[in-house]
Amino acid sequence: MITVSYSALLRLLLPEVIVLAAALLVLAADLLIARTAQMRIRFVTAAVISGIGCISSIAQIVCAPQQANVFNGTLIISPETQLVQIALLVLTVLLVVLSIEASSFTSHVGEYFAVILFATTGMMFLVSTENVLLIFLSLELLSLSLYVLAAFKKRSSHSAEAALKYFLFGGMSAAFLLFGLSLLYGLSNSINLVQIAHAIKSPRLDPLLAVAIVMIVLGFGFKVAAVPFHFWAPDVYEGAPANSAALIASSAKVAGFVIFYQVMVIGFAGAEGSGDWRGHTPGWVPVVAVVAVLSMVLGNLVALTQTSVRRLLAYSAIAHAGYILLALVSHTEQSFIALLYYSITYALTLIGAFGVVSIVEEQVGGEKLSDFGGLSRRAPVLSSCMLIFMLSLAGIPPLAGFFGKFFLFASTLSAGQHTLGLLWLVVVAVAMSTVSIYYYLQVLKRIYIAEPPSEMRPIKVPNVSQLVLCAIALSILLLGCAPNLFLQWLQQPIRIAHF
Amino acid sequence: MLAWTIYISFLGGLALMLPRVPARGARVIALLAAIAGFTVTILVWLRPANGAMATIVHRSWIPSLGIEYHLAADGISLVLVLLTGIVAIAGVLFSWNIEHRSKEFFSLYLALIGGVYGVFLSADLFLLFVFYEIAIIPKYFLIAIWGSTQREYAAMKLALYSLVGSAMVLIVLIAAYVVAGAKTMDLLALSKFQFPLHFQMWAFPLMFVGFGILAGLWPFHTWAPTGHVAAPTAASMLLAGVVMKLGAYGCLRVAMVLFPHGLDPWSFTVLGLASWRDVFSLLAVIGIVYGALIALVQRDFKFVIGYSSVSHMGFVLLGLMTLSRIGLTGAVLQMFSHGVLAALLFAVVGRMVYDRTHTRDLGALSRMHLNKAIPFAAVTFVIAAIASIGMPGFSGFVAELQILIGAWSAFPIYVVGAGIGIAISVGYAWRAMQEAFFSDAVPESITPPLSPISMPERLGAGMLIIASLTVGLYPQLLLSLVIPALNSPLFDGLRKGHW
Repeated sequence: MITVSYSALLRLLLPEVIVLAAALLVLAADLLIARTAQMRIRFVTAAVISGIGCISSIAQIVCAPQQANVFNGTLIISPETQLVQIALLVLTVLLVVLSIEASSFTSHVGEYFAVILFATTGMMFLVSTENVLLIFLSLELLSLSLYVLAAFKKRSSHSAEAALKYFLFGGMSAAFLLFGLSLLYGLSNSINLVQIAHAIKSPRLDPLLAVAIVMIVLGFGFKVAAVPFHFWAPDVYEGAPANSAALIASSAKVAGFVIFYQVMVIGFAGAEGSGDWRGHTPGWVPVVAVVAVLSMVLGNLVALTQTSVRRLLAYSAIAHAGYILLALVSHTEQSFIALLYYSITYALTLIGAFGVVSIVEEQVGGEKLSDFGGLSRRAPVLSSCMLIFMLSLAGIPPLAGFFGKFFLFASTLSAGQHTLGLLWLVVVAVAMSTVSIYYYLQVLKRIYIAEPPSEMRPIKVPNVSQLVLCAIALSILLLGCAPNLFLQWLQQPIRIAHF
Repeated sequence: MLAWTIYISFLGGLALMLPRVPARGARVIALLAAIAGFTVTILVWLRPANGAMATIVHRSWIPSLGIEYHLAADGISLVLVLLTGIVAIAGVLFSWNIEHRSKEFFSLYLALIGGVYGVFLSADLFLLFVFYEIAIIPKYFLIAIWGSTQREYAAMKLALYSLVGSAMVLIVLIAAYVVAGAKTMDLLALSKFQFPLHFQMWAFPLMFVGFGILAGLWPFHTWAPTGHVAAPTAASMLLAGVVMKLGAYGCLRVAMVLFPHGLDPWSFTVLGLASWRDVFSLLAVIGIVYGALIALVQRDFKFVIGYSSVSHMGFVLLGLMTLSRIGLTGAVLQMFSHGVLAALLFAVVGRMVYDRTHTRDLGALSRMHLNKAIPFAAVTFVIAAIASIGMPGFSGFVAELQILIGAWSAFPIYVVGAGIGIAISVGYAWRAMQEAFFSDAVPESITPPLSPISMPERLGAGMLIIASLTVGLYPQLLLSLVIPALNSPLFDGLRKGHW
């Protein structure tokens, strides 16, 4: 047994600890001091504390970069994991700031922000481990926080329904995941992904291993809302408070994809099989390929008929999950970078989109497509932000979404370089993303083309939210015009990690 | 220096979005931007150059993927940039009367122009694609917000057709990029790469059709008439005048240059067709005859012009498929010629006639005796019509003559078809002219009297007529640019030693 001093461990875990401490501080501050204050003040205080917590955690990661592999992969700290953690923290900060203005949905301020930070801690642990037990534990920490967040609008039955649905489906998928992981343990006698991969290596696919693969894909497929494990997504996106939904749809997705990738690529190395057209061999890749195709097709087609913007975003999220899964199918180093680029920019866009939706909800009273009618004449800045978000999701250059798609598809195709075996997947993806433009344009059509309702008055957009939304929109534009800035930042640590 | 055409347009578009700019000043800014772009082109044009590809800007953009910010121009792009400049100025002049949301109108208008300039000047295929897509979205909004008959339907149809086309292009681009080693997207470098024959055999038609959709390739032309008819005058001028050329330009510059062997004969014959070259030239001829026949029976004045565009663009595609120098120069000249003349025709129909009479029905127009009410419009239309049916002295004649000569040596039978198309075009032009302007029908008193043709309209019309006349009388002006470009190394693969 390797011994590790607890002080050293604490130092390694300082970023997580800071976030956790901030969570407890928010809780305490709100309970002890701010309870009697005005709602607005309570929100601002809580948000400021949480924001500072996340930012100092980022500062800790940036200023004191470390590298460690504790307890045989139980805790891994490398430039790669730290990079993902920074991205997750930045997304959380944005969400927290956007939450300041959305003060009408709950009076449990401290709890709300604390749970967001708990979820963030869960994600941070999730992406920095190769131990299946810890993966499961942090996944549960994340999921339980998300269930609570989904239910936070206590007076709304939609919110409760969404949370219950999410919880029931989530609990079941967690059971499947645990079952799959236990099978893996049985097969390999280890809980470390690298050792598992060593143990299960064999020329033929063990039937038990096949069961484990299916179970694990099912479990993670649920987390990333891929078809056919997507049923919770539309209801949760629709019913949950806007910022909770944004968290579920953005940073939780990023963490989910990263760990899905790690588990499959590291844990099942050697059992890939192949998803090539007419050349597929059994393994986990064809399973993921099928899930990806189903998600892209179903998500995009169902999104076409939605009248609620939140449900539309939910189905589009399913479709985007399909695209991102292509990175798993090709699983090269470049596709991991593409996965990170795509999922992070996607998360950013979605936070922005939910920010706009929540303002419209508050001011207009609904989030149906018709409620967006004539928005461009009532809130021009907000509309331009939404224009950028929707076009980026649709993959129109020069926005981040376009480069993300291009990079993802190019890296997918490069995987089987000369045979172009994965061309069929790329064709489906490009065709389906063309379909998707139709429904994104539907939203924009309401905003820019439809006439505003007769009792037209300008919409009051809260200053802080507007500032954050503009910043997000600008960064999406910047990331699209100069993808190299972000790409370099992603590439360096990953190149180091793999060579 | 030519790069400034792009920047000026985008900067102008951005400037119009600033809240301080007065609505009345929008058109002035747009006009200045258009004139500035045109002036830059003229200045470059006056400089002695040999017509071969000359780099304008060359910077690394996304080095890890080998994507560069590479703008370059040869004679062909210069001709089309020139066309864009002329049509852009004329378009602003003909939308001098736009009052409704005029800032947004001109902002989108300039964004579209900027995208078009960008496509013509890109030497990196990724960049080219980015500009190509940038040009699509403004078109949608221009038609859907400021259009007439069935505007939202037409706008969506146009957007989806364009995007389906660009999806096909994107698939081939990514595949070509990967097959060539995923190191570069540079046009010249990729054109030197020997793509495997079987790859070219599917990549070429996919890409040709993808670009061809935008060029009005039959049977994918149906977006064109509805789009042109619904669009506001300036947008239909740009659509027919410039945007359709984007498609044709892509066919020549990208599809044919990258995959010259895609045009080689197959080892078998289907219905007498033995290569993609046969297929596409057949489609081109069908487009010529079909477009002309449909134009012959339209009741809506604008539909007549819309279908005539399909017919004229058929000549461009036929010229491309001749694979001879004279045919290709004819195709490029036809792009220029049709660009100018279609813009003029749409200006007469959309601005001079429709904006005053509020009807485009030929029956209704025939009772208005427009030759008396607005003689300038009648004269302009007569000039434009005879120019577009191929009257010697105008640009249409030199262009179509060269295409026919080129086609004569390649596929004599199709020349007969094209000839029939020209004969029918005389028919529809005469019919439209007769009914709209010089009818014998019982006059109907027009109340209130039509407003006289304004100065901007006169200027715009004069400019377009002069452009067509100049090229018609002295085609050497453009030929001296186009021929050296076709002799440059870029076209080595296509030239195969001869011409």
